[in-house]
Amino acid sequence: MPISTVYEGKIDYMQVLDKDGNADSAIEPKLARELLERMYRLMVLARVWDRKSLALQRTGRMYTYPPLEGQEAVCVGATLAAGPQDWLFPTYREASMVYYMRGHPPYKSNLMWMGLEEGLRLDKKIRCFPYATPIATQLPHAVGGAYALRMKGEKAACLAFCGDGGTSEGDFHDALNFAGVWNAPCVFIVTNNQWAISVPRENQTKSETLAQKALAYGLKGIQVDGNDVLSVYKAVSEAAESARNGKGATVIEFVTCRMGPHTTADDPKKYRPEEQVAYWRERDPIKRFQAYLKAKGIWNDDFEKKVQDEATGTVEKIVSDAEAYKPDPKDMFRYMYAKMPKNLEEQMGECFGGEGAR
Amino acid sequence: MFRRRRGQVILMAKMNMVEAINHCLSQEMERDKSIVVLGEDIGIDGGVFRVTEGLFAKFGKERVIDTPLSENGIIGTAIGMAAFGLRPVPEIQFQGFDYEGYHQVVQHMARLRNRTRGAITLPMVMRLPASGGIRALEHHGESAESVYLHIPGLKVVYPSSPYDAKGLLAASLTDEDPVIYFEPKRLYRAYREEVPEERYEIPLGKANVLREGNDLTVISWGAMTYICRDAIEEAQKQGISVEHVDLRTLSPCDWDAIHASVHKTGRAVVVHEAYKTLGFGAEIAARIMENDFLDLEAPVRRVTGWDIQIPYPKLEEYFYPDTKRILKALVETAKF
Repeated sequence: MPISTVYEGKIDYMQVLDKDGNADSAIEPKLARELLERMYRLMVLARVWDRKSLALQRTGRMYTYPPLEGQEAVCVGATLAAGPQDWLFPTYREASMVYYMRGHPPYKSNLMWMGLEEGLRLDKKIRCFPYATPIATQLPHAVGGAYALRMKGEKAACLAFCGDGGTSEGDFHDALNFAGVWNAPCVFIVTNNQWAISVPRENQTKSETLAQKALAYGLKGIQVDGNDVLSVYKAVSEAAESARNGKGATVIEFVTCRMGPHTTADDPKKYRPEEQVAYWRERDPIKRFQAYLKAKGIWNDDFEKKVQDEATGTVEKIVSDAEAYKPDPKDMFRYMYAKMPKNLEEQMGECFGGEGAR
Repeated sequence: MFRRRRGQVILMAKMNMVEAINHCLSQEMERDKSIVVLGEDIGIDGGVFRVTEGLFAKFGKERVIDTPLSENGIIGTAIGMAAFGLRPVPEIQFQGFDYEGYHQVVQHMARLRNRTRGAITLPMVMRLPASGGIRALEHHGESAESVYLHIPGLKVVYPSSPYDAKGLLAASLTDEDPVIYFEPKRLYRAYREEVPEERYEIPLGKANVLREGNDLTVISWGAMTYICRDAIEEAQKQGISVEHVDLRTLSPCDWDAIHASVHKTGRAVVVHEAYKTLGFGAEIAARIMENDFLDLEAPVRRVTGWDIQIPYPKLEEYFYPDTKRILKALVETAKF
């Protein structure tokens, strides 16, 4: 018997806006002006907030912070594409913005980076899962969540983020495999920002794309320009719709670049060539979208000033609200169990009362 | 700096703990060509704490391996390397991430020698930057030595000074069993001390009596040994003569040293930053009960982290034992 091909795979690449902001009209999503403006405002807010957070960390007003700069289109586009019924599972890098967009009290996102669990007191109504510090661990949770939503009769999808580094963790593979076997309504948003701290994408996996990992698990996979917010919005909208309609999970690889350090504890100059930063600067997601909006007659200098002022004002309020928050240290004991065991009551007493204790 | 020992001139250098470990790794890799280090960001970047700084340039990418991001992959492949004649030194970036490879440790690293009746041995050292107090993120401040101490077949080392860090690591790198090597991050850059440039080993399984005393024994390891010092000084001022035993190695533990000290003082306080319940202090207290009951003048006291998740950094100071809590325990135990 001759050798025959039993499987062939291919991965498509999608880009609506080229690097100068010109749209491919064949695939351009026709979005209302209001939504386009909102997209832009949110991306600008993301950047202003991110840079402010970096500055706060540098002056000792925040602890370790993982900057988002460069990845605003993935974060904003995907979160806008999620339906109100869907659940979002961000990584630490998108968390602040995702939670903000879903209605989390804005200052609480800053509390996360000011070293307080209070930042993650997420109201179930906003349908967001807490970010996790270990990598890719949220992906199996998203699959389990998707299974449960379907069982409860909800037509909703779980949208889970991870990075290029995350695709190396066992949890990533477990999640994709279970999602395939269960036909779980999930969208895996893989933000390929080129770097897992200092390890470049090409040393993370020998696969030519991250999207193709979907094929091995029987899922749909597509690679998308992650610096084009229209592509992001379109890809995630379609994948979420498909998931909700029982057509299974999709892995979307968004090709982008982390412009800053991994966290404020990292110095990328040690491992990253400057040319790469320059290359991606030219493909900046905000500048590109700005050009598109300008061509549409939406963006002009006045609009820009309004958007910038609004973002600055929002961020100032976030910072002052967060810094005014006074934590109750006893909270570190209160949320361990539904009812505090006697042993913990005693330890709490020892920690906060009595001679010699604080 | 030079120091004379038995007529020999010893070259000394002031090193902090990061420098001492880095120096040791470099020296050992020159000595033993089978040593390879592997982990996330340990190559070009030199590790997130700079512990492996310069090793990539010196020994090349075959021996200094930047791995994909998978703790399970790092530990699992290191086990394979060790079984096949290398001496791997996997680094898990933060001890709090080791759970993602823990099954490889428990089911294979700890068991292969016994399961094969000695046919396969795993000479390897797993480095775990652990311990808190540096205002880092969630999972970045854990001290989970107990989860390794509970598993037979593993050696567990936990240095408390730059000098000990080098000598214990050198000894670990000639040991024939898998060693879990905890590095207290809080002490990485806390201070410098003189460390010999020449190779030396501090034997595994032997405790170090840092200070001799008659009234009370303080038992500690890792960062807590450093944190205990002020409380012990203050207790001394109050007329309490403290004997301070630093364990250096938790498995095998130097029970003889503990029993000898408690036999002398009749009182013991164990200080560790890990959770109280089933922290190693529980085992130490039980052993003292079993062996030294008739010597005891006071109940064995523990000063530990609470039985709660280690808080995010803003509140972390409430979690870890500090001078005040330790001193209180010392005074109350001495007066009991």
